[in-house]
Amino acid sequence: MPEPTITLDVFRYRPDEDERSTFQSYDVPYHEHWVILDALNWIKDHVDGTLSYRWSCRMGVCGSCGMMINGDPKLTCAAFLKDYFPATIRIEPLANFPVERDLVIVMDDFMSKLTSVKPWMIRDDTSPMEEELLQSPSQLAAYKQFSMCINCLLCYAACPELDSDPDFLGPAAIALAHRYNLDSRDQGTAERQDILGAEEGVWGCAFIGECTEVCPKNVDPAGAIQQAKVAVTKDWYKRMLLPWGKR
Amino acid sequence: MRRPLVRPYPKDWFLRTGAYRLFMLRELTSVCIAGYLVFMLWWLYQLGKGDTESFRSLLSIAKHPVSIGLHTIALIAAAWHSITWFNLTPLVMPMRIGEDRVPNVVIAIAMGYGPWLVVSGFVLWATLH
Ligand code: FES
Repeated sequence: MPEPTITLDVFRYRPDEDERSTFQSYDVPYHEHWVILDALNWIKDHVDGTLSYRWSCRMGVCGSCGMMINGDPKLTCAAFLKDYFPATIRIEPLANFPVERDLVIVMDDFMSKLTSVKPWMIRDDTSPMEEELLQSPSQLAAYKQFSMCINCLLCYAACPELDSDPDFLGPAAIALAHRYNLDSRDQGTAERQDILGAEEGVWGCAFIGECTEVCPKNVDPAGAIQQAKVAVTKDWYKRMLLPWGKR
Repeated sequence: MRRPLVRPYPKDWFLRTGAYRLFMLRELTSVCIAGYLVFMLWWLYQLGKGDTESFRSLLSIAKHPVSIGLHTIALIAAAWHSITWFNLTPLVMPMRIGEDRVPNVVIAIAMGYGPWLVVSGFVLWATLH
């Protein structure tokens, strides 16, 4: 019996040759234990070395292999061929991002959004510490879920708000800002608040909720954004009621 | 050479997944609520006239099957909006006791269904007395 195969319709765009994007079909051996990333690697190794895409860990940790699979954002290292077989699978770069080449997206805009919310520990006193900062299990539990983000950007691809307002900070950046705001060791909430509280910040979100659905790490960015809305609103009232700047 | 390609976002995104469709349905319920408010304003305006004639015609309009149908739709839309919103409350205002998250149902009942029942009960009581 001939080995079963499955067809992949892959989005191609080579900026130096192509005026516009096309789809290219590849027949790939079908194995039950293969994920879509395995199939792409097989194409690259055996059929077409020019196919470009990002990947690294193959185990849902690095967050670099996100693509649109039949229109849904997925980590290709976690999407099994068997869930689509025998139908053809359509593979495209993540939605809401410009395409650099083939399945590789341009992430520059996300990177600048992410750094704008200062997703790192901010301390008032920056001199080297004598003692470590202790944290209780419940203080850890307060933000742990939001710290699981791997920046895979599936949530950006799933967010229609980003299409209507490309300046919207977006789910992952807000979730990470919220993660540091919730961290008992962090003192940077005030520094993040102006960006979070802006129209392109938390208020750009209409709570559609698909970001949470597609998140492979159960971060729940939609929840994080709504909680951040509550936090910036409380903060705003505090500032209004205590105009002398007490927080 | 870098020449990034920008693609259009799918125009039919709101039909694609369950979460999108639920969101759109919830947004659409506001049309029913808005319609009901317009009706209420008109109703109050007519009542304000204070004569028996217009009051009688109001009653006959209210009893008309079309009016009853529209009211039912508005009621279902409002109830559905409220219920889905209450169910989302635990996401917006999670609570913890130590390391443990307070179960979602508890928050939804405490912040949503509970007060809703109390207020509805009061309105019912006030209407019947
Ligand atoms: S290859 Fe690292 S997340 Fe998929």
